[in-house]
Amino acid sequence: MIPSAFEYHRPGDLASAIGLLTDHGDEARVIAGGHSLIPMMKLRMAAVGHLVDLQAVAELKGITVEGGRVTIGAMVTQAELIGHEGLARAVPLLREAALQIADPQVRYVGTVGGNVANGDPGNDMPGLMQCLGASFTLVGPGGTREVAARGFYHGLYATERADDEILTRITLPVAAGGYAYEKQKRKIGDYATAAAAVLLTKSGGKVASASIATTNLSDVPVWSEAAAAALVGSDCGAAAVKAAVAAMLGDIDPQKDNRGPIEFKRHVAGVILGRAIARAWARA
Amino acid sequence: MGKKMQVSLTVNGEVHEVLAEPRELLIHTLREKLGITGPHIGCETSHCGACTVDMNGRSVKACTVFVAQADGAEITTIEGLGGPDGLHVLQRMFREHHGLQCGYCTPGMITRAHRLLQENPQPTEEEVRFGMAGNLCRCTGYQNIVKAIMAAAAEMNAKEAAE
Amino acid sequence: MNDLTPTREERIANLKGMGTSRKRVEDVRFTQGKGNYVDDIKLQGMLFGDFVRSPYAHARVKSINADAARALPGVVAVLTAADLAPLNLHWMPTLAGDKQMVLADGKVLFQGQEVAFVVATDRYIAADAIELVEVDYEELPVVVDPFAAMEPDAPVLREDLNGIMSGAHGPRRHHNHIFLWETGDKAATEEALGAAEVVAEEMVYYHRTHPCPLETCGCVASMDKVNGKLTVWGTFQAPHVVRTVASLLSGIEEHNIRVVSPDIGGGFGNKVGVYPGYVCSIVASIVTGKPVKWVEDRMDNLMATAFARDYWMKGRISATKEGKITALRCHVTADHGAFDACADPTKFPAGFFHICTGSYDIPVAYVGVDGVYTNKAPGGVAYRCSFRVTEAAYFIERMIEVLAIELGMDAAELRRINFIRKEQFPYQSALGWEYDSGDYHTAWDKALAAVDYKGLREEQAQRIADFKAGRTRKLLGIGLTHFTEIVGAGPVKNCDILGMGMFDSCEIRIHPTGSAIARLGTISQGQGHATTFAQIIASEIGLSADSITVEEGDTDTAPYGLGTYGSRSTPVAGAATALCGRKIRAKAQMIAAWLLEVHEGDLEWDVDRFQVKGAPERFKTMKEIAYAAYNQAIPGIEPGLEAVSYYDPPNMTYPFGAYIAVMEIDVDTGEHEVRQFYALDDCGTRINPMVIEGQVHGGATEGYAIAMGQEIAYDEIGNVKTGTLMDFFLPTAWETPHYTTDHTETPSPHHPIGAKGVGESPNVGSVPAFSNAVHDAFRAFGLRQSHMPHDHWRIWKIARDLGLHG
Repeated sequence: MIPSAFEYHRPGDLASAIGLLTDHGDEARVIAGGHSLIPMMKLRMAAVGHLVDLQAVAELKGITVEGGRVTIGAMVTQAELIGHEGLARAVPLLREAALQIADPQVRYVGTVGGNVANGDPGNDMPGLMQCLGASFTLVGPGGTREVAARGFYHGLYATERADDEILTRITLPVAAGGYAYEKQKRKIGDYATAAAAVLLTKSGGKVASASIATTNLSDVPVWSEAAAAALVGSDCGAAAVKAAVAAMLGDIDPQKDNRGPIEFKRHVAGVILGRAIARAWARA
Repeated sequence: MGKKMQVSLTVNGEVHEVLAEPRELLIHTLREKLGITGPHIGCETSHCGACTVDMNGRSVKACTVFVAQADGAEITTIEGLGGPDGLHVLQRMFREHHGLQCGYCTPGMITRAHRLLQENPQPTEEEVRFGMAGNLCRCTGYQNIVKAIMAAAAEMNAKEAAE
Repeated sequence: MNDLTPTREERIANLKGMGTSRKRVEDVRFTQGKGNYVDDIKLQGMLFGDFVRSPYAHARVKSINADAARALPGVVAVLTAADLAPLNLHWMPTLAGDKQMVLADGKVLFQGQEVAFVVATDRYIAADAIELVEVDYEELPVVVDPFAAMEPDAPVLREDLNGIMSGAHGPRRHHNHIFLWETGDKAATEEALGAAEVVAEEMVYYHRTHPCPLETCGCVASMDKVNGKLTVWGTFQAPHVVRTVASLLSGIEEHNIRVVSPDIGGGFGNKVGVYPGYVCSIVASIVTGKPVKWVEDRMDNLMATAFARDYWMKGRISATKEGKITALRCHVTADHGAFDACADPTKFPAGFFHICTGSYDIPVAYVGVDGVYTNKAPGGVAYRCSFRVTEAAYFIERMIEVLAIELGMDAAELRRINFIRKEQFPYQSALGWEYDSGDYHTAWDKALAAVDYKGLREEQAQRIADFKAGRTRKLLGIGLTHFTEIVGAGPVKNCDILGMGMFDSCEIRIHPTGSAIARLGTISQGQGHATTFAQIIASEIGLSADSITVEEGDTDTAPYGLGTYGSRSTPVAGAATALCGRKIRAKAQMIAAWLLEVHEGDLEWDVDRFQVKGAPERFKTMKEIAYAAYNQAIPGIEPGLEAVSYYDPPNMTYPFGAYIAVMEIDVDTGEHEVRQFYALDDCGTRINPMVIEGQVHGGATEGYAIAMGQEIAYDEIGNVKTGTLMDFFLPTAWETPHYTTDHTETPSPHHPIGAKGVGESPNVGSVPAFSNAVHDAFRAFGLRQSHMPHDHWRIWKIARDLGLHG
């Protein structure tokens, strides 16, 4: 497994990085941790003429938690995200989920930005960011724009990001209330058979607000507004959970693969969503 | 063939300047150019961890790093763990507790365990199993690897307490 | 006697001989990254070879254009079948009496098949050149199902065999048929089955999987044209056989070929076969005059080199109402892939599958095995088991469970009443084996007591009640296995590989100062031979194991042997080692007699010395004797102290064990948790308990993987769906269960030290234990049989089909 030859660039700032993307057009690809891209290149399923390594771009680093908002630089690794105590207090869902991504070595190198940006439905962060109501900052030759995570994903490896744009940071509100990320996988290092992220707040014994998203159950992450709506105002009892599951099942479109057939995935999706809701509710 | 570039790597404390295609995988640079053959190639898709090295204080799978990305990095391999006075305590404990058989995964396994214990000097067995889950072994069933790492941690902690 | 004189106990301890958990000598190197594996070998001017492989499972190769590849700077050669044909090397014989294409000759028969061999100055250029080789394929209909392959109108796969209706193992009754191999008394079996009070029938499938050692296969071939000598370093589990095959194929005389197995990163059967990569590397080295390295990548490994299993086993077992088994019949449809390249002794195309009467006293039995060609990779190696023994053990242990269901009996009790009794050994099985020794009831009772079997069944009954009442969604499975292995192939009178009798060998040289080197015909792939064989010698000759070097794998120095697989090293080479040590000791006794001026018969051996009977203060240690052997002129005795032994085993050995897996099963997601795994092994005399325990942990982990998710799966057009370690299940430390090991010790009566071999028992025994646990969890709900691997969705499907999802 040997990749094709490419030219390597390591820009020192964002403007240079975007300049390289502009210069080389669709021959250029940015690389963050590379743990999705490099295997694809080694299998010669991705051809890259110019590889733009973002490791030296300082603007893409760092985590801040301030005034009810969290900002995560695109080049923050999963390990840095897991290790950040302030973030764990502000958005505990992220640590719980990131610990279920890949394995220790991959988490040291794999970045949050790479995970959300490449449009692989197997990645866990996209669904999480939709659940959390995050927005992504895209910077390109034409300037900077903000795109909601919930509107970012169009299809398999197809996202709102243009080829000459770089996803620079992720912004999200501090997440109060109960949370859970439930993921079924065959082993450590595997993508999800099915995974669900749940955020809930509780008021007077009822669900005050809810947000639900799933991973690897469609060619894009699925934020299920209907599933959340089924919970809001309820006591989060069996009937409400059943309604939420039914609503979620209406929004997903899993495909058959080595993890199992569609019928199995739909069933498991319902089971793990039920478990995620129960755990989030217990924490709310 | 692509254009070659000059890459500087500090491996086990020694600075190496190598001329390589940027696409060259770090594992090949180490093994083929620098003769550091402790880290091995097992799966090539970043699942098995046989190629694990320590790069800038993190355990990484050298089969999934281009040498260009590693330009300027500080790298420690299994060859850099033992001191002049012999085996590192992890190396000793792997032997003591029969934590290896064919030896192919062992360099990556010990290099990873070394970083794990730097970050978590007193891990539980569950933490060791979770922290070592990026390294596959086909021979041992892991039970004695876990035992070896726990024993190494205990000895390292006892030594620290004594000092 | 002063205080420094060691006691007898100290002298025994000093030997670090048999029975001690001696730390491994290999580990000092391995833990420092100082192993020397094939890919670590680097020779001056070495080239790198790699394959263009077929993307199709069945296609005609209309043309190959390698001009662009040859034009790429750094490419030295591109070999195709057309280049090999003049040398008659475009096909090669397989270990099973068939032949296999080295490079595609007119067509390809499985995805990943070798089509052209690109040789370049490094692996990067080779990889680029592969992309430039243009192959024009015409797709042909694909057959991946062995039953479909035997349909009258199935596509002809092996056109080279067109019209040849007889193969190496008898008549072929169909163009995709390889052989029918039968044993046992068919008529008597049918009669017993027909007359039986209770009969159970089931199709038991042991799916296709792969040994997948962490190091893939590879070699470095170096033809020295100056001295005419070919050296091949490679991942060979049987280096001497590789030398013989290389000589027969190339015409180079055997003394001019040196085959070296350096350190091997796990084998598990994957490295027994001879692969096109070896042949092409040798040819390329001869053609270019330079050393050529070939190392397959993981996808190549999983797609093209030596799969294991793929047996469809249709069984019928009968018993009295009380549960006494009266007959067993099995018909196997064996999917061998595109070429019959199974690694079995020549006379046994289905290996030792006819050990499938297992641990049970079954009066009459019959086995028939049909080998079939399909568009899948060739292989059929013994993945950490003796030839087809894991299939046999899985089959009988499933049939016992099915029979227990049919009888409404407890499966532990059913086993107990059918075990071969201790006093029946040596036991003649209905299918022709002579079991050497065993004490199954003792092992079984010990195992059941260790896990509190009765308590587990009570807990399970409560769990079922709770499940039915809606109080839990988890079921409890208790997986029982009592397996009997057959290892140590084997007696030369009926076991050979390509005509080479399956003996093995050891040569020991004692150095003047009382240390030694031993060389064997086997090769360790992690089993720790350098440690354990030294222990056997230490106990036999009384020198410390620390003073004994063990060397294997270099055909220029080691005596001829058949290699390491099928748990044969300890039973065969271990016996050769013990007997070789005894030859040394016999000569040492003569020397000691001369030194002590007594008659040989007046001496007795004690730990590390010969002493005068009745006067133990008069003695000569082996160390002293060794020195005398080299510095004294002893009348009638040649100088020196060395010996060589070739051991032809009189029989196989029959290790056995009782394994119990306790598993929690999530009915809704199909996930499982192994709560307990207990493994009792009886491998006869135990040489190094630490190493034995390590073997059990490792083998059980492989069994866990196989039972619970590991497979080589194909889609309907022959694409491999499990080509990387994302999809091919190798468990991490996180998923892997914790094991409790135990033992009984029933020595083999025919083995010089009573050892039986253990490396493969845990794979053989654990697969049915895990699988039976899954089945057992659902027994109360009506499950009889569900095929492995028991991954999440298949377990979920069991629950779904039984209506457990409401």
